[in-house]
Parts: sequence; C-alpha cells; structure tokens
Amino acid sequence: MTALVIKGGHLVDPAAGVDALKDILLQNGRVAEIAAPGKLKTANGAEVLNATGLTVAPGLIDMHVHLREPGQAWKETIATGTAAAAAGGFTAVAAMPNTRPVNDSPETTRWMLAPERGAAVRVFPIAAATRGSKGEAINDYAALKAAGAIAVSDDGLPILKDSVMREVLVAAARVGLTVIQHAEDTRLTQGASMNLGPVSFRLGLRGMSAESESSIVERDIRLVTELRDTRAHLHVAHTSTAAAVAAVRQARRSGLRVTCEVAPHHFLLTDEHVGLYNTHAKMCPPLRSAADRDAMIEAILDGVVDAIATDHAPHAVHEKEVEFENAPNGITGLETALGLSLRWLHKEWKLPLGRVLSLLSAQPAALLGMKGRGTLAVGSFADVLVFDPKAEWTYTAAQGKSRSRNTPFDGWTMQGKVHWTISEGRIAYAAPPA
Amino acid sequence: MSPNSAPPARRQLHTPAVPPSPFPYNPGSLLSVQDLTLDALSHILIRATELEAEDPLTRTRILAKRRIALLFYESSTRTRTSFELAAKSLGADTTLVSSLSSSIEKGETLKDTGLTLRALGAEAIILRHNSSGAAWLLESETRLPVLNAGDGMHEHPTQALLDLRTMLAHLRPGIGPVEGQTLAGVTVTIVGDILHSRVARSNMLLLPRLGAKVLLCGPRELLPDLAASAGPGIAIERDFEAALRQSQVVMMLRIQAERLAGMQLDLDQYKTAYQLNEQRLAACAPTAVVLHPGPIIRGLELTAAVADGPQSAILQQVHNGVAIRTAVVERALLAQKGGRA
Repeated sequence: MTALVIKGGHLVDPAAGVDALKDILLQNGRVAEIAAPGKLKTANGAEVLNATGLTVAPGLIDMHVHLREPGQAWKETIATGTAAAAAGGFTAVAAMPNTRPVNDSPETTRWMLAPERGAAVRVFPIAAATRGSKGEAINDYAALKAAGAIAVSDDGLPILKDSVMREVLVAAARVGLTVIQHAEDTRLTQGASMNLGPVSFRLGLRGMSAESESSIVERDIRLVTELRDTRAHLHVAHTSTAAAVAAVRQARRSGLRVTCEVAPHHFLLTDEHVGLYNTHAKMCPPLRSAADRDAMIEAILDGVVDAIATDHAPHAVHEKEVEFENAPNGITGLETALGLSLRWLHKEWKLPLGRVLSLLSAQPAALLGMKGRGTLAVGSFADVLVFDPKAEWTYTAAQGKSRSRNTPFDGWTMQGKVHWTISEGRIAYAAPPA
Repeated sequence: MSPNSAPPARRQLHTPAVPPSPFPYNPGSLLSVQDLTLDALSHILIRATELEAEDPLTRTRILAKRRIALLFYESSTRTRTSFELAAKSLGADTTLVSSLSSSIEKGETLKDTGLTLRALGAEAIILRHNSSGAAWLLESETRLPVLNAGDGMHEHPTQALLDLRTMLAHLRPGIGPVEGQTLAGVTVTIVGDILHSRVARSNMLLLPRLGAKVLLCGPRELLPDLAASAGPGIAIERDFEAALRQSQVVMMLRIQAERLAGMQLDLDQYKTAYQLNEQRLAACAPTAVVLHPGPIIRGLELTAAVADGPQSAILQQVHNGVAIRTAVVERALLAQKGGRA
C-alpha cells in the first residue's frame, strides 16, 4: 500500500492530547509517524496532501446508522451509505440490525462485512440482541462477536420484558459487548407519530410521552444496578428527553456503566419543526419540546452525553410523500452531523473544537471498544479527517452521496468543510475542486 | 425521576428558528381556519348571504362548467352533500371519488390520486380524509385549491364557519363584516370528545379571534389538560353545569368510537356527567343556543328532547353549511394570486 503524507495541517487529537501543527505519515493503513512541520523522517515517495490552513483529526465515528442492507437497497446500500459517511467525515459507522433479514446471525454479519459490499469506510455491524429482534430469545453473542459484531441492540424494537433485558445485559457483559437500547415503551406509543404536547394536540396527531422514553431508561438502569457485579454496559440510543438524560446522569454518579448518545436533530430541533406535517421531521424518538431540546444541549455541554450519533435513517422519496401518520420514521444524518455540530455546538454554544471532535470520534470509539480508532497516535488506524473548521457552506440534499434525501436540514448553513476523508490510509472522499 | 431533576439551564441559548409555513400554496385553498384573515372571513360570510339570495339561474353562471372533485376517504352525509349542492348551485361540474369505489382500494396514494384528478381536469379538490394533515399533503403535491372537508382529528374549517354563521344569526343578527370584538362577551362551551374532534379544533382556533371565550368540557380521557394551550382564549371547565351557566352557546360533540383506539369509556358515567338533557339545559342555560356538528347520537351526548327542542339550532347549522360552502367554493376558483385570500 502506498504511503500518504498529510502536510502542514493543524492536528487536533483529543485522545492523544495533541493540538499543534504536525506532518503525518500514513503507511500500510496505519499512522506511521508524526512530526513537526517539515521534520518527517521517512516521507520518500509518498503522495502528499497539502493541509496548510486545515485541521487534521481522527476520522469521525457514527455509532448509530441504518445502512438498509441486506434487504432495503432502494433506500440505501452499504456502498452508498458509507460513501455518504465518507463525505461527512466519518471513517467508521456502526450499522443497526433492523435489516431484512434482521442481522441476528454470524452469516448476515459476515455478509455485511464482505468486500463485495463496496464499503467506502469501515462498517461495524451491531447484531440483534434477540432472535429476529422479537425481544424473546437471546442470540449467540460469542459467535456474533467472532463474526465482527461490535455491540448488540434491538434498535427500534425495544426489549420490554425485564427478564429478557436482564439476560441480554448479562450475556453481553460476559463477552464484552455493549447493549444499546432504543428506549421506548411501545405499549405507550401505539399509533403515535410525534411528541406528545401542545403541538401534537394542535395537529390532531397522537403523541409519544416523554415517560415512554424515560421509563425504559429508568427500568434498564435499575437492571444494571442489580447486575453491578457483571460490569454490564448499557448504552442509551438517541436520548431525547430531559428525564432520560437526568436518569443517565444519576446512574453515572452512582458509578454505573451507563452511557448515552444524542442525535443532532434532538439538540437542534423541537416538535414545532414538524410544522404542517413535514415528514422530514418525523423520526423515533420524535422531536421533543423546547425544554427537552435545551436539556440535550446542556447535557452535551456539561459532559453527560458520551457521543453524537446521527441515527442516519434513509427512506426513499415516495415513502415520505405520504400522510404524516403513515410515513416511516427517520432522517438521514451522515452528511450533516459535522457541519451542524460545528455550526451550533462549537460556534454558537462555544463547545471547544476538541470536545466536539471527541464526541464524534474518541468517545464513541472508547465506548464500543474499537481498538486503534478515535485517535491518530502512532500505530493507530490511518482513519483521518482533514477539514476546514471555519468554512461555511450550504447543504443541498439533492447533491448528497446517500441514496436518500429525507432530511430537515436541506438548505441549512453548515460549518466545517471536509477536504479529505481517509479510511485506513486510503482516500475515501476528496472534496471536488472548488 | 422527574424532568425537574435536570439542572437548570445555565444560559439563554440561541437555537435554530422554526421556518415560516409555506401554506397555503394556492390562494383559493381553505386548509385551516387560521389561513383566513378577518377580512377574508368577513368576505366569506357576506358572500354566503349574497349567494343564498341570488337568483338560482344567475348563480349557476358563476362557475359554469368548472370542474370540482370531491375526494372522500371517510363517509359523510352533511359535508359531502352540502359541498356538492354548493358547487352545483354555482354551475360547476362535480365528481365524487370515494375510497371504497376507486383505485384507492388498490393502493393508490393520496399524491397519485390528486395528480390523477388534476390531469382529469379538476380545478379544485374537496378532501375528506382520515389522516390529520392530509389536505396539506394534497395541496403541496397538486398546488390546486384544496378545501379541507375534515382531516383526521385535526381541522374542519367549513364546519367552524357554518357554526359561526349560526351563532351570529342568533347572537348578532344582521351583522356585516366581523372583527376582533364581534363576539366579545360570548362564551362558547364545547362538550365531549374534544381529543378526537376536528370540529372542536377549528372552532377553538376561530372563535377567540372574534373575541369569544371558548370553554372545553369533558373527561380527561377525551380532553387532556394540554388542550387549553392550543391557543389564546381557551380554558377547561370540567364541571358541565358550571360551564353551562356561563355559556351563550353549547356545542355538543359525538364520541368518536372510530377514533378511540382501544380506549375504554364507561358510557353510563359519561352520560351522568356530560349528557345535555332538558333538566340541565333549563336549569343552567335556559337561553343558550345548542349546536351539534352531527351526526348526533340521540340518548348519548344529548337527549332527543334537546335535539328537537326550541334551543336547538342543529338543523340551521346543516342549512348554513350549504351557504358557507357555496362561498368557499366560489373563493376557491375565483381567488386571484396576490389578491384577497
């Protein structure tokens, strides 16, 4: 494999404590050398990327995406989804198992990882926690892990039975896998298509209460407390309510291994953004109240939130052009996460650049136990993001790499322009020449 | 753990603004009562009266041979018939497409049905649909004038207009244009299944704009506390008789069995607390106007004696439906871009 030198850039690697001008040599898919500008020892014959004036950071990691393969290639494929990831600065994505068939077997996990899928960046399958994600029979986690699964989850189909959830936490802890729970008491959300509140009443739509999320988070934390000795790790997916974040904060104070992620739409938008039945503002968990949204921002700023994850959920145009109640849940997110995080968390709400990058890389890598990612320390995987953190641009969904365009952020101003995304030493995305 | 245990917000945050609504796309559309300025509202009320008095043959020239489609995904007697009579009285050709005798049964989407009707020459579509928001979807896809004849649990704007016309006839006879204080001092109580009622939503959004106070009355299952936050001038009074004593207008609603979604309701208890019967009406609101959007279920939300009694204006409402819908259909096809909405 050819070598690559990134020259003259400003390296920001929060996990390694680096924030300085550096030249970087990537070789054989790894970071081979880091040196002061012009001081690399072994750069002979390497291709050079001129990063003068740009920032160089560990490639971003999205721990919550839906790549739709196998089974729903009209929405997205592993190839198009990872191309979107690369365009958004991501070098690793963790793919949820709600595919067709559900990824509950080593065979499906291996199929997703096969080179024929044409992935542009690393895919880490998250395997189903239970057979068919039906919340009853537990899968063989050792076999799934051996096949390449990075965590287990029945995302979208939360595990409601206490006994099953307890068993899942114990079995996953035994093999060192994180359990990711989509916290929603689906017994309370039948027929609901948005957040329960004044807006849902006004629009005549059935609503999902904040309790339908927080009650499951609280139940799961109770189980983790009972299982304290097993070192079970519970990760709460796409946290959206103040009550759920408060429960996570409390659990952390008690020293439990409970982590959580927040999606950009939940720290930016509220149920008012549903407007007059905009199906691009329909997802699950739904856009919440302004108080909940503000609580997401506060929780990110004060460090309770461990990761920003997009819940990238592509759907075809025709699937969203229907009555609000009948539209599928979800929006795309891979190509807007960095731009929105820098525009709002960093520029507007003054979260330091290093912390934003950490939430999008080092922290998700750590909580999923990804070795050699989320940092550019020598010896790590050569997963690199080279970007201009100050550049503003306008996002146009129709020009995106994803097969789908279901986003509420079309036409929004983004900050932070990706110049190159490098996956294990290979250029996975290069910005078109200006 | 309650939401209150989150730490207090440390700072006032600037957050992304909610974009302005692009609706209605077509100036002839009537999707929500909120689309109407008071001027537009006055115009509809005045035109309703003028058109009602018009010579029938002269009236048929106003929209002679224009094409209007009625697209009905739910059954309807009053709304469908009155829209159809209204359009025909203006000379328009109408066609009815209902979900049970069309390609909708074969899985055609609302978008495709709307585009098909437009391609067939429909110049406006009158839509009744079981999903909230369906009229907005149809308008954005076809850009035709769309008249919302009831969308799910959301709105039924022409019903609120005909209710208003009925109230004005009783409380403000002979009035011309309406303005912000026309109904000052009037309390309208809406009783029953507020949660599932598009009639309630349209009325509670419209009447306070004319100065009326809206009281909502019903059990918690059918009237959540947050209903009071739907807009200004709306309050909840769970004691039916206390509400009646304050009211000049009482609007009774049907319990919408088709939308209860598994909710269990004790009907005997409901009747004890909320049924409008002769004794209650005589004791608490002996001069109030009694309204009901229909269909009425005699013996449940109101007794036969009240429905047929002297305070009932239920059939006047039905009658006003034709006049209001005639004015709304005329507006749909004659509204000019940039002109009065």
